Amino acid sequence: MVAQSILDLLQGFGVALQPHNLMWSFVGVLIGNLIGVLPGMGALSAISMLLPLTYTMHAVPAILMLAGIFYGSQYGGAIGAILLNLPCHPPHAVTCLDGYPMTRNGKGGTALGITMIASFFAASVGIIVMIFASPLLVKIAFKFGPPEIFSIMLLGLLAGGTMSRGSPLKGIAMTIFGLLVGSVGTDVNSGLMRFTFGMPDLSDGIELVALALGFYGVTEFLRNVNRLHSVGDSATLRMRDMRPSRTELKQAFWPMVRGTAVGTLFGAMPGTGPTITTFIAYALERRVSKNPERFGQGALEGVASPEAASHSKTQVDFIPTMSLGIPGDAVMALILGALLIHGIQPGPQLITEHEDLFWGLIASFWIGNVLLVLLNVPMIGVWVKLLRVPYRYLFPSALFFICVGVYSTNNSLFQVGEVVVFGLIGAVLVALEFPVSPVLLGYVLGPMVEENFRRSMLLSRGSLTIFTDRPIALGFLIVCTLLIVGQLFFALRGWMHRRDVERNQLLPAEAVSVADD
Amino acid sequence: MDELIKRAGKDRLGGTLMILVGAGAAQQGITYSLGTLAAPGPGLFPGTLGVLLMLIGLAIAVTGKRARAPLPATAGTRATGAAAEIEPAPRRAEWRGWFCIVLSIIAFIVLGSHGGLVPASFAVAFIAALGDRDNTLLAACVLGVAMALVSVVVFWWLLQLQLPLFQWS
Repeated sequence: MVAQSILDLLQGFGVALQPHNLMWSFVGVLIGNLIGVLPGMGALSAISMLLPLTYTMHAVPAILMLAGIFYGSQYGGAIGAILLNLPCHPPHAVTCLDGYPMTRNGKGGTALGITMIASFFAASVGIIVMIFASPLLVKIAFKFGPPEIFSIMLLGLLAGGTMSRGSPLKGIAMTIFGLLVGSVGTDVNSGLMRFTFGMPDLSDGIELVALALGFYGVTEFLRNVNRLHSVGDSATLRMRDMRPSRTELKQAFWPMVRGTAVGTLFGAMPGTGPTITTFIAYALERRVSKNPERFGQGALEGVASPEAASHSKTQVDFIPTMSLGIPGDAVMALILGALLIHGIQPGPQLITEHEDLFWGLIASFWIGNVLLVLLNVPMIGVWVKLLRVPYRYLFPSALFFICVGVYSTNNSLFQVGEVVVFGLIGAVLVALEFPVSPVLLGYVLGPMVEENFRRSMLLSRGSLTIFTDRPIALGFLIVCTLLIVGQLFFALRGWMHRRDVERNQLLPAEAVSVADD
Repeated sequence: MDELIKRAGKDRLGGTLMILVGAGAAQQGITYSLGTLAAPGPGLFPGTLGVLLMLIGLAIAVTGKRARAPLPATAGTRATGAAAEIEPAPRRAEWRGWFCIVLSIIAFIVLGSHGGLVPASFAVAFIAALGDRDNTLLAACVLGVAMALVSVVVFWWLLQLQLPLFQWS
């Protein structure tokens, strides 16, 4: 079985490496990268805009080019997220948490380099894992029904909500707020309009790109206007500073491995998507870190681990996506749609009957990644120069790109209006010290959480025991409970300690240090 | 707004806000059909979330620190050892910047549907640039023209954006 997989993969590489195919892959990476780097244009908009270009091509070069666009725009999006705090793709919301502070500290080039290394490393490991474990992974994928998906999402929401800096309660409040934002629009089961405030434009729900760019882009501009003069600090940038140093590589290595492991593990679970994976990888990294207070202020680990998780997840995700036809996120759904256009029907038979095609697709994704590294190593310097643009020119230009980018997603001016609304909401929330990333997580997972809960209830005829009867679901729920109990325990201990400290009238500085835990 | 935040305490205010949002969601959720557990209706999920959000908002307001107490999020200052004394410097609201940023996007929407891509692109960059005190009228104009050019070349010509360059309606 393993030998067969290797053979098929080699054959896949053989197809993908033909000069003609390689060229299309390169074109895809290049265009994807250039579009993805524009603020407001992430993987989602790049793929949807360039998809029509592939209609007239043969299936193989079309898929290769799509894979190239995917990687190029994904990495281009990471550039926007790290350097300008503009995530257009939800997994990058996590990258922003530490990537942007790194930029503010003058380490933006390093963050970009680490992102590239982490994604390459993770994708390579992902392929190796697939070769050896694909039969096993298919088996796991089939074990996942609605109760399992619901319980893992619950875990992701809890982990994502409590991982951010500051009060975990506020993080959870933001997660719930995000879930509510996600429920705006037409209810899938009954066709009822929910929370549309009588506006027909809202019946399709709130646009993801508008939400992300409002919360990160516009909120950030509102907070920084007239206060910030240049994002990149005035520190001189030399080529030497852009490459990660040996100590930085060493520092990023284990987080990268852990992120890859998380991504691979989650890769086999259908419908989970890279967003939840990156949030869990970040939360894990913060838990195992010896000094978690560095996170959110430019910790290299906080960039390396989620990026690795996202890319290994994307690779391994092909198994559930192709065998069950359940895409993990919007980008994956778009690629799946493109495959359907080219006559590739996802289903349980695909991996066994069209092995060459399946592995060819995987090979093309890996090649896209290699091309990306080759293309971007000399380019990092160019991207970092972007930071030298004074803020007073930068933010009006970025606003323009955001407006046009959001408009181009669905050709809707209404959704440009959503950007303003969410920008203002985000500014109020940030002023009240609420973390905004969990909102994005809740928004992405909300519809899936509800859908899977309702399906589970239909399956069990309204009995909640379905979640405890099935071992995988029960396992996730136990982890959830442990997380909540752990948080309560720490909160209680902190509160008792603070009370003791106040009673003993110790130095106030120490009281604060307890509150931080 | 900053003055209000300072007086009431961020946690109190934030908690209250969450209770209000939760109450609104729960109230709306109930008006959609709740259904039963065996056949959940469209209102069950938002209704539950609304109630949960109210509870958590209450918890935030109750457990949060009172106004003027040392803020919990100043972990970075911990290393200096004098965290309690350091409160974030009061940030004055930047009304001019806020007004211009919001207006610039609204201008893009209005001009996008009534004037076309070129005036909309010019307006968004021009108005937003005026929000920064260091920008002169000329600098804002140049930036607006540059963005209009970018939108014509990159978006209209290369990426075939579906929005006419000029239109009257």
